[in-house]
Amino acid sequence: MANKTPLYQAHVDANARIVDFGGWDMPLNYGSQIDEHHAVRQDAGMFDVSHMTVVEVTGGEAKTYLRYLLANDVDKLKESGKALYSGMLNEEGGVIDDLIVYYLTDTHYRVVVNASTRDKDLAWMENVAQQFDVAIEERVDVAMIAVQGPNAIEKAQSIMSDEQKAAVAGLKPFVAAQAGDLFVARTGYTGEDGYEIMVPDSQGIEFWNQLAAAGVKPCGLAARDTLRLEAGMNLYGHDMDETVSPLEANMGWTIAWEPEDRDFVGRNALTEQKAQGAPRKLIGLVLEDKGIMREGQEVIVNDEVVGVVTSGTMSPTTGKSIAMARVNRALQEEQVLVQIRKKQLLARVVKPSFVRKGESLI
Amino acid sequence: MSQIPAELKYVSSHEWIRDEGDGVVTVGITDHAQELLGDVVFVDAPEVDSEVDAEDEIAVVESVKAASDIYAPLAGTIIEVNEELEDSPELVNTDPYGDGWMFKMKLADAGDMDSLLSADEYADEIAED
Repeated sequence: MANKTPLYQAHVDANARIVDFGGWDMPLNYGSQIDEHHAVRQDAGMFDVSHMTVVEVTGGEAKTYLRYLLANDVDKLKESGKALYSGMLNEEGGVIDDLIVYYLTDTHYRVVVNASTRDKDLAWMENVAQQFDVAIEERVDVAMIAVQGPNAIEKAQSIMSDEQKAAVAGLKPFVAAQAGDLFVARTGYTGEDGYEIMVPDSQGIEFWNQLAAAGVKPCGLAARDTLRLEAGMNLYGHDMDETVSPLEANMGWTIAWEPEDRDFVGRNALTEQKAQGAPRKLIGLVLEDKGIMREGQEVIVNDEVVGVVTSGTMSPTTGKSIAMARVNRALQEEQVLVQIRKKQLLARVVKPSFVRKGESLI
Repeated sequence: MSQIPAELKYVSSHEWIRDEGDGVVTVGITDHAQELLGDVVFVDAPEVDSEVDAEDEIAVVESVKAASDIYAPLAGTIIEVNEELEDSPELVNTDPYGDGWMFKMKLADAGDMDSLLSADEYADEIAED
C-alpha cells in the first residue's frame, strides 16, 4: 500500500490522475499539466507537498549538530523563522539530500527533506546525532501546501484570519512565521513568489478547498517539474545525488567555507575538490532544433560524449525544449549536440535558469 | 470513457486506421492513448515516401512528460503526413480522430486490413490495461 497524504481524498474528488511517487499516491495532474503550469506563472496555483518529510531537531546541541550535519551554516540564522537551503553530504562530499532548515530557537530547528529520500535521510540524521545532545522527531501530523504564483500571496491571505494576516504581513523571502495553526514560509520551488504552508493534517482538506474557492488552481507533480526546471532548480536523484558534489551541481553557493574552523561532514572531500577543480559542471541547454531533450540523453561535442542530460522537458512558458546537463568541466562550447533517439540535434548552452517571475531568460 | 469510433480499425499499440479506399489508410492515435499521454507538445512525423513494415517504429509523440513510439499498423509506404501537427501538436489531444491524424499510407496489401482489431476488440484490449 502506498502512502497517502492528508489531502489524498481532495485529489480524488477533483479527478486527479494519481501516480506513485517515491511510495506516495500523488496527483500527476488534474486534467492538463500545461494549464496548471500557466496558472502558476500567470496567477496562482497550489501543490500538495505533504509527502515531503518534516523533521524537528531539538535539544541543547541542536545548533552544534546541524553545523556539523550540513554544508551550509545554520549559525547564519539569527531571526526566528529564517530559512536556509543546504546540502546534506556524505564523507565523500556527495549529496545525500538537499533540504531547507528553519531556525525557530537555538534549541529548535525544523528541517524539510525530500519524500523519496525519507528513510535514508532519517537514518543518516539519527546516525550523526549519536554524537550530540539532540532529538530527531519526524512530524506526521501536518499537511503541507505550496501556493505559488504572482497572485499567490494575495489569494492565500484572502482566506486567513486578521490575526494570521498580521502574522505573515511583510514576511520576507525565505522567512517563515507561525500564524495561528499555520506555519507559513515564503519559500517555493517554481521561480514564483508564494508560500509553503504547514497546516494540521485534520484541517488540510478544508484549507485546500478554501484556497481553491479563492481561485488557487490545484496543480500536480507534472507541472511542478516543468516549473522547477524552468526556474533552474535541481531535483534530487536527477540533477544531483550521492555521486555528485555540490560544486558539480551549481550548489557551490550553499557551501559555507567560513569560518574555517567549522568542521562538517564532507568538508575535507570538498576542500580537495575545490583545490583541484570539480571534474564536472551543470549547464543549461536550449534546443535549437525541433524535438525534446530528456534525462539520460548524451551531450556530444566533436563526436565525443562530454556529458549527459539530467533533466529535460518542453518548457510551457518559452515553448522551447530546455534541459540541465552535467558535462565535463572543460566544456567551453556555446553549442553542443544532444543525441535524441536516432538524431543529433543542436542545443545552445545557457545558464541553467530559464524563466524568472514569469519572464523568459533565454 | 474514451471514444472508440465503430467505423475505424485499431491495433493494440493504440493506433487507429481509417480505410480511405484504393489501399490508402489514414492513421492516428486513439482517444485512450492521448488521454494516457497527456498534453502532446511535439510530433516527430515519419518521412514521406518511406517504406515501412508492420510494427516498425516510425514516429514519436512527445507529451510534456515522456516520448512514445508510434508504430506502423501495416506494411506499406507513407504517402502524406499531417503538417498541421508541426505547429499545433495539441490537435492530437483535442481531435484525435479528426484534425489530429498523423499520416496516410498506401498499404502493400489491402487485404492486410482484415488482420486489424475492430472497435469492440480494441475496447476489450484497453479494458485489460
